Amino acid sequence: MDLELSDEQRMLVEQVRRFVRQEVDPLEADLDPDASELPGEEHDRLVAITTGMGLYQMDVPEEFGGAGLDVMTRTLLAMEMSQHRAGLYTPCYGTFGSMGLAQLYDANDDQKDRYLYPTLRGEKRGFFGLTEPSGGSDPARAIQTRAVQDGDDWVINGQKIFISGADRADFGLVFARTSPDKGRAGVTCFIVDTDMPGFHVRRIVHTLRSTHYATELQFEDLRVPSENILGQVDGGFGIANERLTRNRIPYAASCLGVAMRAQEMAIEYVKIRETFGDLLATRQTIQNMIIDNELDIRTARWLTLAAAHKADQGEPFRTEAAMAKIAATEAGGRVVDRAMQIHGGYGVTKEFPFERWFREMRIRRIGEGPNEVQRLIIARDLIGGAFH
Amino acid sequence: MPWKASRPGWNGGNLISAAYSGAGDMAIRMEKAWRPLTAEALAGLPAQLGVYQIADDSREVIYIGYAGGRSLWGLRGALQDELAERGGGHHFRLEVNQQYLSRWEELLKVHMGDHGTLPPGNEKHRPRRIGQLSLS
Repeated sequence: MDLELSDEQRMLVEQVRRFVRQEVDPLEADLDPDASELPGEEHDRLVAITTGMGLYQMDVPEEFGGAGLDVMTRTLLAMEMSQHRAGLYTPCYGTFGSMGLAQLYDANDDQKDRYLYPTLRGEKRGFFGLTEPSGGSDPARAIQTRAVQDGDDWVINGQKIFISGADRADFGLVFARTSPDKGRAGVTCFIVDTDMPGFHVRRIVHTLRSTHYATELQFEDLRVPSENILGQVDGGFGIANERLTRNRIPYAASCLGVAMRAQEMAIEYVKIRETFGDLLATRQTIQNMIIDNELDIRTARWLTLAAAHKADQGEPFRTEAAMAKIAATEAGGRVVDRAMQIHGGYGVTKEFPFERWFREMRIRRIGEGPNEVQRLIIARDLIGGAFH
Repeated sequence: MPWKASRPGWNGGNLISAAYSGAGDMAIRMEKAWRPLTAEALAGLPAQLGVYQIADDSREVIYIGYAGGRSLWGLRGALQDELAERGGGHHFRLEVNQQYLSRWEELLKVHMGDHGTLPPGNEKHRPRRIGQLSLS
């Protein structure tokens, strides 16, 4: 694997880094420390800049008008885009656009007209409804939401939890059990309109993140037409699984971006902060923290880029993506923790970004498939499936 | 099973059933008693982060706000600013809350659900999208 950046990659990375430092950082000085939205006029101004850079809607496939970046380049940019206070969950406050729900790129033409294109135009928002109160790590078995066919419609009853953005969405992808005895082969993906009778956002689930809360949903005799089935009846698990695997690489990369920024800030700080008559930089204990940070970052970075490389080669990358997810989320947590420790009291204040990164980074070990499940995936690939 | 407009609380380990049984419920609405918005009432308030509501003399909510991470004196300072801006004849209630932004949005959704509109003071101070919450 060649990790030398191409001239184009180097230019894009520098462009995005400059954008974060010159455009995003200054705005955060005036925003609430937990903010995840820019004022409308600032958002529009930054979108004009990213559009000028040719990077707006960078995650959208080229045939739908996107930038057409390969996974490696996209991963390198994700490491830059998250290097600010809100960067872990809202890199650059969404000013590089949104890919929408990736599953819709495989929808039929009618579904694309009704859901995909309006989403890409910014007219509609969607949510991804997989996890249920009965569990999220093993969706194939945990899904208890039922969909029963009634004429040309399907009637859905059940619950979802930890669903992001459902309260503000116009539609969502809801996974429901259509064949009770078929395990993972008995789940179907439905496109559900949120203004339909029987669709309820029951509550906000408050978490360590002050914004970007999750929601709990309830479906009461929610009637969905057959033409809103995405893919095939009983074919939903593959749709969900594909998305989860693919997302793990940029998910890892954004953790790394935050870790890299935390390390940069820690290094700057130890060169100016004195204790007992000398700079922190001269203290071996502090030096060891900086060294451990760098080891964590470089190790996780290598694994993340290796996963991206494999994805670009068109090879199976499930194990590599799982390794990247584990390494980056755990390393990211350790790096932010050490950087916070180096900053002492300031490190835990809302004047610095560490406390937000600390809270949000903790969630990353659970989100997009808990790290324990990632280890299970790796074990299956290394040892084989017979042991479980 | 009927749904209750509340959040489940810890009830010995079963959050899921608590959502339906009502055991350990935490209110989604802010239901504390109103207090007069006066300098005396505000003087002893905590300088912590959180959310608050302002009501007019008839106890109609006219504004939902929060004291966020940039507020100099937390809830006390934010409400002192409200008093300076609005003058007498108003009431307030508050909730210390580290998740002030998501709680603020929740209170806006609840008000929207109950009244069909935002409080008049929030027409300009609001998230870009409010979103829906089923209260019944």
